[in-house]
Parts: sequence; C-alpha cells; structure tokens
Amino acid sequence: MNPFTPFESPIAVLPVDNIDTDQIIPARFLKTTTKEGLGKAVFSDWRYDAAGQPRPDFALNQGVARGAQVLVAGDNFGCGSSREHAPWALTDFGFRAVVSTSFADIFFGNALKNGLLPIKVSPEVHAKLVGQGSGAEVKVDLEAQTLTLADGTAIEFPVDPFSKRCMLMGVDELGYLQQFESEIARFEGGRTAPYDTRSVL
Amino acid sequence: MALRTLYDKIWDEHIVAQRDGEPALLYIDLHLAHEVTSPQAFDGLRTRGLKVRRPDRTIATIDHSIPTTDRSLPITDPIAAKQIEQLRTNCREFGVPLCGPGSGHQGVVHVFSPELGLVQPGMTLVCGDSHTATHGAFGVLAFGIGTSQVEMVLATQCLLQKRSRNMKVEVTGRLRPGVTAKDIILALIAKIGVGGGTGAVIEYGGEAIRSLSMEGRMTISNMTIEAGARSGLIAPDEVTFEYLKGRRFAPQGADWDAAVAKWKTLVSDEGAHFDEIVTLDGSALEPMITFGTNPAMGIPVTAAIPDPANLSGVEREGLIKALEYMGMEGGKPILGRPVDVVFVGSCTNGRIEDLRDAASILKGRKVNPKVRTLIVPGSEVVKKEAEAEGLDRIFVEAGAEWREPGCSMCLAMNGDMIQPGETCVATSNRNFEGRQGPGGRTLLASPLTAAASAVAGTVADPRSFA
Repeated sequence: MNPFTPFESPIAVLPVDNIDTDQIIPARFLKTTTKEGLGKAVFSDWRYDAAGQPRPDFALNQGVARGAQVLVAGDNFGCGSSREHAPWALTDFGFRAVVSTSFADIFFGNALKNGLLPIKVSPEVHAKLVGQGSGAEVKVDLEAQTLTLADGTAIEFPVDPFSKRCMLMGVDELGYLQQFESEIARFEGGRTAPYDTRSVL
Repeated sequence: MALRTLYDKIWDEHIVAQRDGEPALLYIDLHLAHEVTSPQAFDGLRTRGLKVRRPDRTIATIDHSIPTTDRSLPITDPIAAKQIEQLRTNCREFGVPLCGPGSGHQGVVHVFSPELGLVQPGMTLVCGDSHTATHGAFGVLAFGIGTSQVEMVLATQCLLQKRSRNMKVEVTGRLRPGVTAKDIILALIAKIGVGGGTGAVIEYGGEAIRSLSMEGRMTISNMTIEAGARSGLIAPDEVTFEYLKGRRFAPQGADWDAAVAKWKTLVSDEGAHFDEIVTLDGSALEPMITFGTNPAMGIPVTAAIPDPANLSGVEREGLIKALEYMGMEGGKPILGRPVDVVFVGSCTNGRIEDLRDAASILKGRKVNPKVRTLIVPGSEVVKKEAEAEGLDRIFVEAGAEWREPGCSMCLAMNGDMIQPGETCVATSNRNFEGRQGPGGRTLLASPLTAAASAVAGTVADPRSFA
C-alpha cells in the first residue's frame, strides 16, 4: 500500500442509497485469484447493457466524471458481502476516496486496508456535493482530516487514529500484528486447543 | 464485577493485547476458508515468507464456484477450475485440511462446519464471507472478514478489532403454523432496515428464538449481516448441547461435562446493558417475502406491495427504482405473481430441516411445469441424510432438480443462474440487483413459501398447502 497523500480531483456522483458489493463487483468476477484488473468490472451491470455497451445515463460513463478519484455515493455504501474485491475494483478503476453519509462495517474496514479512504459526511454536506454534481472539484487531506469543497469550505471528517497512521505511512496491519508474537504465544500457552481440525482427513 | 453481555464475555476472553488508543488483538479460535476469498491471502503469505500459524485451527472447503451438477464430470469453466485448483494447492502447501468434494463433508462453508461439531459455544470464529454470522447461533462470536484479514488470521491467528455496541433483539411468543425462522429474520430486517444493526453485535432472545431448532437459529444468525450487524448471537442452551453431543469434534466423556458446565455460563448477566433493544411479536408474524432489491424490502406474503405514493424523498426514489427493476407495481398484491424459478438451498436455508420443509409441501404434488426448481443441499452430509429419508425422491417425483452441494444460485458464480427478467423465489439471503444473474429478480422467502410457489407457479402462501 502506498502512503496516502493529499490530492485534488473532480467527483463522480452516484447518489443511490444501499449500494451493495454485488453492484460494485458482481460475483461472477470473483473467480480471479489476483487483486489486479477488477476496475474494468466495477459497477459492471450498471455501466454496461446486456450487449456490453456503456449505458450513457450511468454516472461513471459521463464525460464530467472522467478522471474522478472521489466517488460520492448514497447512504450505507458497501453493504452485503465481505468481498475485498469491492475496494480492489474501486481503486483499480482509479478511486482513492468514497464519500457517503454512512458505510457498511466490513466494507469500511476493507477500504481502509487498501488505500481507499471512506469519508463520512453529514446529510447537509452530502446534499451539497450531490447538488454540485459530477465534475465538481474537491481536495482530500487525510493528515488534516478535511474534505475541501469547490467553494473553499473545509469539512472535517472522522477517522480512527490507528487506521489514519497506517494509511499515511502506507503500512498494513499484518506488520503491526507481527510485533505481538510473544503476547500471542503466551496467550496460546494458557489455553488448550479444543481439537485439531487436521484430524478430519 | 460489572454486568456483562454474552458478547462482552466472549470478547474479554479473547483479548491478547491492547495498547492505549489502538485496536485490540482478538484471538481467533476457528478460521474457515473457501476458494473465493483466500487465494490472494495465501499469495500474501508467500510474498512475505510466512506460514500458517495454526493449521489445526483452520479448515477449508469448496463451495462458491463449484458446479452442482454431476461431480464425476470435469469443471467446464476454466476460471472456476483454476480457482478451485489453487485452493487445493494452497491447502497442500500450507498444511490446511480441505474437505473437498467426495470427502463426505464438502459443503457450504457455514453448513459443513457446524455439522462436524467444530463450532462450539464461547468461541471466536471468522471466515472471508459475510454470512459467517451464522455461527452466532451457537453463542459464538462469528463474523465475516475481508481477504487482508484472512491473511492476518492465517499468519497470526489474531485480528485487530474495536468493540461493537450491544444490541438485543427479543422475539416474543410462539410462531404460528407456516411461519418459520426465515420469516422472523425477514420481518426483523424489514423493521430495522439494512443499516439497522451497523456497528452492533446482536443478541437474540425470547420465546420464539428459544423454541427454534439449531437449524432455525442458524437461519436467524445467518441473515444478521443483512441488517448491517457483524454478528448475531444466541446464548447456548439444551437445544445447542443436544445438537453438539456426539458430533465428530465435540468433546467426549468427562470433557463433555466440563464443556457443558462452562457453556452454561455463556449468557448475558441479568441487567447487563444493551445500547439498543428491539422487540418483535413472534406470534403475530406471517410468512414473509421480499418484493424489492434489498433484504429489508419484505412484506407478509398476503400484503400489498408498498406504494411509492405513500412515501417521500429518497425513500420514495429508492422504492420507485426497486419496483422498476423488479417489474412490480406498488399497491398490488404480491400473491399470484408469476414465478419462473425456485431455488431451495444456501447457507441460510440449505440444511436438512429446510429440505424437510420443502418436501412437506412437494410430497405428492407436482412443480408447475413452467417453473424450474432447484433443490441444492447445503453439504454432502445434508445430501446423504436427505436421501436416507427419501426426500430426494419426493423432489424428483415432483419435477424438481436434486443437485450436488454448494452455494449455487444464491450468488450465481458457479453457472447456476437465472435469466434477465426472470423471477426467482429463493431461500437464500440477498435479493440485490443481479445477485442471481444479470437482470434477474429475486424474491426471498422460507423453504415452505418457496416450495408452495413452485407448485402454484406464482407467489403462494404455504398455509394454503397445509
């Protein structure tokens, strides 16, 4: 994961509530064994018609949304399955942040682990962004925890200090966990394993 | 000592370490793996030069991508075949036991593991699958994780976690005939919404929950994630102990008695604090069915489809969008709506009791000839049990297809899918747009309602088939 640096970008607005991970990346694309290349399938069933042609009315197919690194989506974004393919697909497509009034838990955690910043804003700020529409410029600064709108208003957003540090430094949680080897070993020493799953074979 | 909920107790018991201002290290007792969300995690281990820390606390099966057709034939989808082969390679290389087809145990990851007695009260359990919540039915803190976390658990047997809020759902009264666990959970999600449990761990209680079998309880816990909550616990009781006794990995002899004594302490203390309490009158419930594109869009099967005219703002827009996708009209009854496909199976309703329910309707009846009906057992164990009871013959004689175990048409990644515009009454857990195939329309319901609809050829009330 690369360190998360401040950036400016136009937004792409997709103001639909409860966008589930089956819309972000349909299950038939999950047969891959790598993380790469999923961007071409992001929102596949909304982006393309049955003949594989782009639907002109879909937000991401419109010229004003081109190059957007910030997706503005409706409430409860990322509900449904735990597939990490959802943030992989969004980042592979080019997104670095998603703005919503709320996120589903598993998606929220998965996004943070993949350099995709979930930005939670108030319904008022959300309505303002939706009103401005795709193409409006914003600035994202994780260090300052601010989302700056086109008119210069800086909106603060919450992020837990631990995830923030990991994202800013570009380090992952596994490295952190490994520092606890002796604590884990001690914990395991104090417990008897209930069984050995390998005896199933 | 402070009063604690069941969740608090399991949490406290599994904290390895916690530094100030940082998330806690939660120890994981059992890790379930499958072919879809694990390959990138095993690759990560290779890249970092790590091994699986506790293969004895890890077990894998193949469920999502595997065809449910004749197992003696090769897998025709080369990408699915490669993914499955990759899991075999990874399990071999890292020493993880794999219950593949023909092992006698292969099945949907959340069906095969309780059957083996691997899931025991008080444990922590994770899997790269959101329906891991299923195992909460045993009083287990069980939740779905992403692939990065699969890698973390493989490497360290721990996860970084923040404590969730405590939510209690009390389902009072006794269910009426024709009403099942599936109807309880669909009614609850309709009541609290798809985000109603976000950030929470739910504990289910009340007479209606206590009266359920383990299969029914698993159906409830399974769909907890559809209300946004990570995990849905049910305190263990005699029903739980009875289910576990004698299973392959359950404690034996004196160990069994000691285990039961410990498990009996796994209840929320009287007066323990819940951040939110929701009550549902179980005796007033009717068979439920969904009409829209998320699991909260559910109504009693006898009710009318909600009319957007009665709503305003984003709710109205959301309903209009859903009804348009589903080809439905607000204000009209859902009963009698034509059905093209019926799917009985999945981690929600692919257990023996679910198949018995479906068979109770299909026995001596015929599936409507225009309805394609798939009955997919949740595991090889369920399949064998159903065949021993003669359920397979009931299904086949009724004109349904009796398949091999797997996730199948729940998420349509193994080739079992519905066609654009088709309507499927499914016993699975998600009715998202395209979930069962692009353009497909899913109505979630119980095995009873699904089987009744297969016979009628339209959405039907199972109580009229009693």
